[in-house]
Amino acid sequence: MSTLTITDIRIMDPASGRDEVGHVVIEDGHIAALGDVPVRGEVMDGYRLTCCPGLIDARVKAGEPGLENLETLESASKAALAGGVTQIVVQPQTVPVIDDLSLVDFILRKGEALPVEVHVAGALTKALDGQTMTEIGLMSDAGAVYFASGPQPIENAQIMRRLMSYAATFNALISNSPVTPAMSDGTCAHESDVSARLGLPSAPAVSERMMAERDMALAELTGGRLLLDLISSAETAESVRRGKQRDIDVAASVSINHLALNELDIGDYRTFAKLDPPLREERDRQSLLRAVEDGTIDIIVSDHDPQSAGRKRLPYAEAATGAVGLELMLPVGLKLAAEGELDLMSYLRATTIAPAELLGLKGGKLEVGAPADLVIFSETEPWVLDSEKLLSRSKNTPFDDRRMTGRVRHTIKGGEIVYSAT
Amino acid sequence: MTPFEGYEFTKTHCLDISDFHRADIENLLALGAHYSDLDVQKNGPRDLLGGKTLINLFFENSTRTEKSFELAGRRLGADVISMQVASSSVKKGETLLDTAATLNAMNPDLLVVRHGSSGAPSLLAQKVSCSVINAGDGTHAHPTQALLDALTLRQAFDGDFSGIRIAICGDILHSRVARSNVQLLTMLGAEVRLIGPPTLIPTDADQWGVEIFHDMKEGLSGCDSIMMLRLQLERMSGSFVPSKREYFHYYGLDRKKLGYAKDGAVVMHPGPMNRGVEISSGIADDPDISLITYQVAAGVAMRMAILHALSDGIR
Repeated sequence: MSTLTITDIRIMDPASGRDEVGHVVIEDGHIAALGDVPVRGEVMDGYRLTCCPGLIDARVKAGEPGLENLETLESASKAALAGGVTQIVVQPQTVPVIDDLSLVDFILRKGEALPVEVHVAGALTKALDGQTMTEIGLMSDAGAVYFASGPQPIENAQIMRRLMSYAATFNALISNSPVTPAMSDGTCAHESDVSARLGLPSAPAVSERMMAERDMALAELTGGRLLLDLISSAETAESVRRGKQRDIDVAASVSINHLALNELDIGDYRTFAKLDPPLREERDRQSLLRAVEDGTIDIIVSDHDPQSAGRKRLPYAEAATGAVGLELMLPVGLKLAAEGELDLMSYLRATTIAPAELLGLKGGKLEVGAPADLVIFSETEPWVLDSEKLLSRSKNTPFDDRRMTGRVRHTIKGGEIVYSAT
Repeated sequence: MTPFEGYEFTKTHCLDISDFHRADIENLLALGAHYSDLDVQKNGPRDLLGGKTLINLFFENSTRTEKSFELAGRRLGADVISMQVASSSVKKGETLLDTAATLNAMNPDLLVVRHGSSGAPSLLAQKVSCSVINAGDGTHAHPTQALLDALTLRQAFDGDFSGIRIAICGDILHSRVARSNVQLLTMLGAEVRLIGPPTLIPTDADQWGVEIFHDMKEGLSGCDSIMMLRLQLERMSGSFVPSKREYFHYYGLDRKKLGYAKDGAVVMHPGPMNRGVEISSGIADDPDISLITYQVAAGVAMRMAILHALSDGIR
């Protein structure tokens, strides 16, 4: 019987609202006591450190199967633990696409051997063709936690309606990319004076809002559960806010990148800041931050998207979109909190209990008897990011050479220390 | 045999269940039961429709419905002809109303129509001077199928529908059989439930006086009879349901799901069946459970009864 007590640490648990300095006692992989309790067993000094539940990242591309040159489940799992993430949901846009029972099973089996918990989002349509429904019921039963449209939205409204309606039988969550292809296809930037000066083909933010509004209308019609995957504009956030007021079963996610960066970070055609959806204006970023704080945006994801340097070092319009984010998920959040841009508790809610509740996962909270999945971090430690030191197999990050405030010290999964900063 | 003792059947057409009131239906079913006796059926009133002409006008393919009308007509002494619509002037672009005018000029007495468009038989009925029987129109109605299903159930449950719980399962959205059965069976006092994935249940069907279920276990609980509907294979892959495998897993009737219903529950299917998609062969072929062959037999009897009843108007 192993017992570990982390002493004098700031305990932050968004599920219960607990925010106090105390001890955390871990026994046999579970949290045995919290707060002002006697110290037992081995001791880890947590003075001036903070702990929270292990983060849940609901949007990770892990490269398997088929794209192992960019990332494997194993390398993604190492990167995740270094970023304080103890549960990941891998996306279906692999080679082949995860649109079948056997592939869901393949990923889950591979995940069992890893220190992070691996979950799967199944494809909503066969080969992500946007037309042919996958076996949502059977894949749900096999363990898929939600169903994603992939990089392209379900363009046909009638098909989206049927998907939502069918998925409602299984209470399955459907995620769609809110983007109107007729407006956004072939563009690579947000429509503004910045992209106009750079001469980049661009799409307006309403492209996102229009699809979000359509999907919310369909959710209202069908009673289906909708996740608007990666919203990025002030207008969409406002739409979602109004949708929630009308009691539509809608949730929204935002990537950590869109909370920390804006279109000016593209600067002189920096393709490492080329993302999908594109980075938008500062006012959009501010709106997204407020939307996280007021609960309009439910979850923050890393949108971990490994790309090779070769596909990034291209003229801007031709370069691949995406950034790795697993390892930076918590540090970037801490930086936003340290700079007073985002309430830390709100950030933690959107990365722990909120995704756990949305996807029906265990964990995401610190309570006596729960598995001891937690992250210990410093809120104040300054450091500079060197992308070469990232554990992810791909190093494409827009935060290279950035000054950071706040860093993960230890990640504990099921009572085991699975990561420690060097 | 005077089936309508003390009551006059005044209808000219048989287009939709809602055209009839309960007394009409009870009388039709009683007459159907009368014709269910094979002796009556084969050695019955050969002259009832003697000298009358029945035209089968099928714009959609059918085997059992068309042949059962033909047989019913012949057993009552009518001259039966079947229009081969596929090779007729319809293919050459003739409109439905022109066809109606042409047929009307031939002075038939009974016109049995199946058409792919909802409402086509009632349009025809306005333009011809004979009786029109709807043998299925679009996704609207199939009254004679509903009546023969009711006749089958009447025999299985000794004539009493009150408190009988009947589940209609599968593709309700595209089914005219389901729509007519809902009307008829609720009129007769049965408790009707619809079970299927939400993509195959019409919007607001709960306002038809039935309960809707998306789960077979819940829906079949306490059912006395289960009516399975054919899932058209072209709807199988696409956006209504994902695959045969998944459909059968959640909505196909097998022994396990049958176990959720009442002990001794009976199973029906309007045919043609997709074995292994909506119903397992074991159940379809089990004489203790399946009423499917009785339905076909009841089809001829019920159609004789309908022709008989309408013949009062013809005379």
